[in-house]
Amino acid sequence: MPAVAGVVDLTRFDVEEFLRGEESKDLLRFTTAGSVDDGKSTLIGRLLHDAKGAYEDQLKQAIRGGEIDFSLLTDGLRAEREQGITIDVAYRYFSTPKRKFILADTPGHEQYTRNMATGASTAELAIILLDASRGITTQSMRHAYIASLLGIPHIIVAVNKMDLVNYDQEIFQRLRAEFAPFLTRLGVNNAYFVPISALKGDNVVDLSKNMPWFDGHSVLHQLETVNTKLATVEAPFRMAVQRVVRPDMTFRGYAGQILSGVIRPGDEVLAQPSGRRSRVERIVTYDGDLKVAHAPLSITLTLADEIDISRGDMISAGPEPASSRSIEATMVWFNAQPLDPARHYLVKHASQMAPARVEAVEYRIDVNTLHAEPVTSLAMNEVGVVRLTAARPLFFDPYRENRGTGAFILIDRQTNATAAAGMIVAAAETGLESAADRLARLVRAVVPQGAHLNLPDEDEEAVAVVRDALKGILRHA
Amino acid sequence: MAWDISHLQALEAESLHIIREVASEFQRPVMLYSIGKDSSVMLRLAQKAFYPGPIPFPLLHVDTSYKFKEMIEFRDKMAASVGARLIVSSNQKALDEGANPFRLGTERCCGLLKTQALLDGLRAGNYDAAFGGARRDEEKSRAKERVYSFRDTLGQWDPKNQRPELWNIYNSRIEPGESIRVFPLSNWTEMDVWQYIHHEDIPIVPMYFAQEREVLVRGNSIIIPELAITQPRPDEKLQRMKVRMRSLGCSPCTGAIRSEADTLPKIIAELVAAKNSERENRVIDHDREGSMELKKREGYF
Ligand SMILES: Nc1nc2c(ncn2[C@@H]2O[C@H](COP(=O)(O)OP(=O)(O)OP(=O)(O)O)[C@@H](O)[C@H]2O)c(=O)[nH]1
Ligand SMILES: [Mg+2]
Repeated sequence: MPAVAGVVDLTRFDVEEFLRGEESKDLLRFTTAGSVDDGKSTLIGRLLHDAKGAYEDQLKQAIRGGEIDFSLLTDGLRAEREQGITIDVAYRYFSTPKRKFILADTPGHEQYTRNMATGASTAELAIILLDASRGITTQSMRHAYIASLLGIPHIIVAVNKMDLVNYDQEIFQRLRAEFAPFLTRLGVNNAYFVPISALKGDNVVDLSKNMPWFDGHSVLHQLETVNTKLATVEAPFRMAVQRVVRPDMTFRGYAGQILSGVIRPGDEVLAQPSGRRSRVERIVTYDGDLKVAHAPLSITLTLADEIDISRGDMISAGPEPASSRSIEATMVWFNAQPLDPARHYLVKHASQMAPARVEAVEYRIDVNTLHAEPVTSLAMNEVGVVRLTAARPLFFDPYRENRGTGAFILIDRQTNATAAAGMIVAAAETGLESAADRLARLVRAVVPQGAHLNLPDEDEEAVAVVRDALKGILRHA
Repeated sequence: MAWDISHLQALEAESLHIIREVASEFQRPVMLYSIGKDSSVMLRLAQKAFYPGPIPFPLLHVDTSYKFKEMIEFRDKMAASVGARLIVSSNQKALDEGANPFRLGTERCCGLLKTQALLDGLRAGNYDAAFGGARRDEEKSRAKERVYSFRDTLGQWDPKNQRPELWNIYNSRIEPGESIRVFPLSNWTEMDVWQYIHHEDIPIVPMYFAQEREVLVRGNSIIIPELAITQPRPDEKLQRMKVRMRSLGCSPCTGAIRSEADTLPKIIAELVAAKNSERENRVIDHDREGSMELKKREGYF
């Protein structure tokens, strides 16, 4: 049979109504996380299949031994299909009548943590999978930690493979009791726990008859209803200049994507590094001038005064972004070659790229215990807090306040590899700092964002944390 | 005041950011222009990115000589109307030696007429960054690709060793001879592309709209016999039916679909009901398991 387009009853289908419905849908970007083989790809395949996000020819390609192997819907590389694991993040797209979704199915294998971070960096929600038959692993904790560092606002914990444990309520409750406190220590207080079987489809799209004891919602229900208000709009206006648009002598505009906040013609803005102030004259777009624009739109601004602005500069309104060459930042190290303070790096932050050095590794964070450990380097997949100095000032806000101006990547100058991802904590004082000041900082950094000062209950352990922190200070003093 | 933006606005904003970033960070960028619907959208996004200035890079079309006539006419018209310089690259040597998909098989033919011609064109212009209109939702190996896809000095992709790519911060560092392929439409779906074309009134090749045509039905494919090599064999005869192209490629290898959709709203309606992906009608993707990945490793877009 020749290929025939799907038969639509065009007399009954109202396209305009459909398009209006599409326009009113918002977009949720989410990611999977968890240990190798916990069933992330299977869950995504199941979601795509049950939410009709996969085409028939794609489903046909995923049939193995007469049945659909759901993981093959996202494991698109030959090596992945040969080895039965996910190596790199796969992006898939589907929509339901309520919402559009961009999902990143990420690898669980520790070796590919950088690809997990890639998928998670743009997500507003993460589904962390746990395997009911195996329990919590270091990798589950590492992924939960990275998800919290990246500031993903919503977390679903899906306890998977419930079919292998007879849909036993006790096992679900035990895992929840074990994992929830860890999340709390990470500052994640709103995690939603769901028992599922990705393979069989229990509690994925619809609630399952196999687990009548579960009185919550399915995974898809959570995805469709979680609140996605754009936090970036509430923050002060920030736009990194990507390019000066100057087609002729009469027009000079600054093109960029609004990282946060709202802007209107007439608003006073600050340009850094020049420090000059001016007023917004026009917000120019191909579709006409705008009366107001907000994150994350890409626009071109013209200003009332002639001031020197070029690529890499920051235009802001409201409270000024911090400006400093030295910063303190949490970093996730990606490169096989460990962090080396003697090496030359480049920092890419907003729209500027500058030579940079890592002055010091303050400490590494143990993923299992969340304790700070004094170290002098970070190896692949390790997380730590460093002091970094760039050749030019960076204009930023702390990452937890503003993802757009608080994030950066570190590039190895010799190999051009993306060596690390960084999240700015604060400006670092250059020169000697008082021990008290550094101790305060250190304690702040040891305690996860959003959590209270929860030193371990055991005195011995609490003392060890403080001792380690002090050791770090003495080492740098 | 509600600060919500539509799905399409979010995608557009992301794409403009990518296009501006590349134009600012690379010495010699070029935009691959394949004449299809995705290229049409990408071209409009490029106009928007630099407005009121001109598009600051040339367009490159890889011409296999097997494109439909309507495509070539459309290409020349569009390049002129946006005021961009158009460069056409072909593997003339292979064409002189009679390369075609029936003689060589689709895999070798594509390798010579697309991949080789593309690599030659990129080298000739010394381009260090090339925009392509590929989307991640098209095919399972594309779903794995970064927005900035690093290519070595031979133009090859190493899918097991891609650079991490966090947030919207792209690593543009390369050595001489290496290059980056950039996909500003990475996160767009086929549906998004059609809705955007509709919303923005973007011109597209008329072959996307259904019309009565003389076609050749061969196996599962509906071929539009424009070229000498796609004429019916003695045992085949032409049929008249209403067809359109869902995806535009080379005429021997891209099948039409039967369709009544002769307007954009009807195309969108048809898409809502479609059961198969748009690349189903491309012979090239199905040569063997993972064939797209293999071609991309060798330098294909
Ligand atoms: N019994 C059972 N098996 C499952 C379930 N979910 C996944 N599996 C199986 O677990 C194995 C691993 O599943 P994947 O989906 O590939 O796991 P993954 O988390 O994507 O693994 P990586 O991406 O490599 O980290 C496969 O054999 C699946 O069929 C489930 O709910 N029940
Ligand atoms: Mg997987």
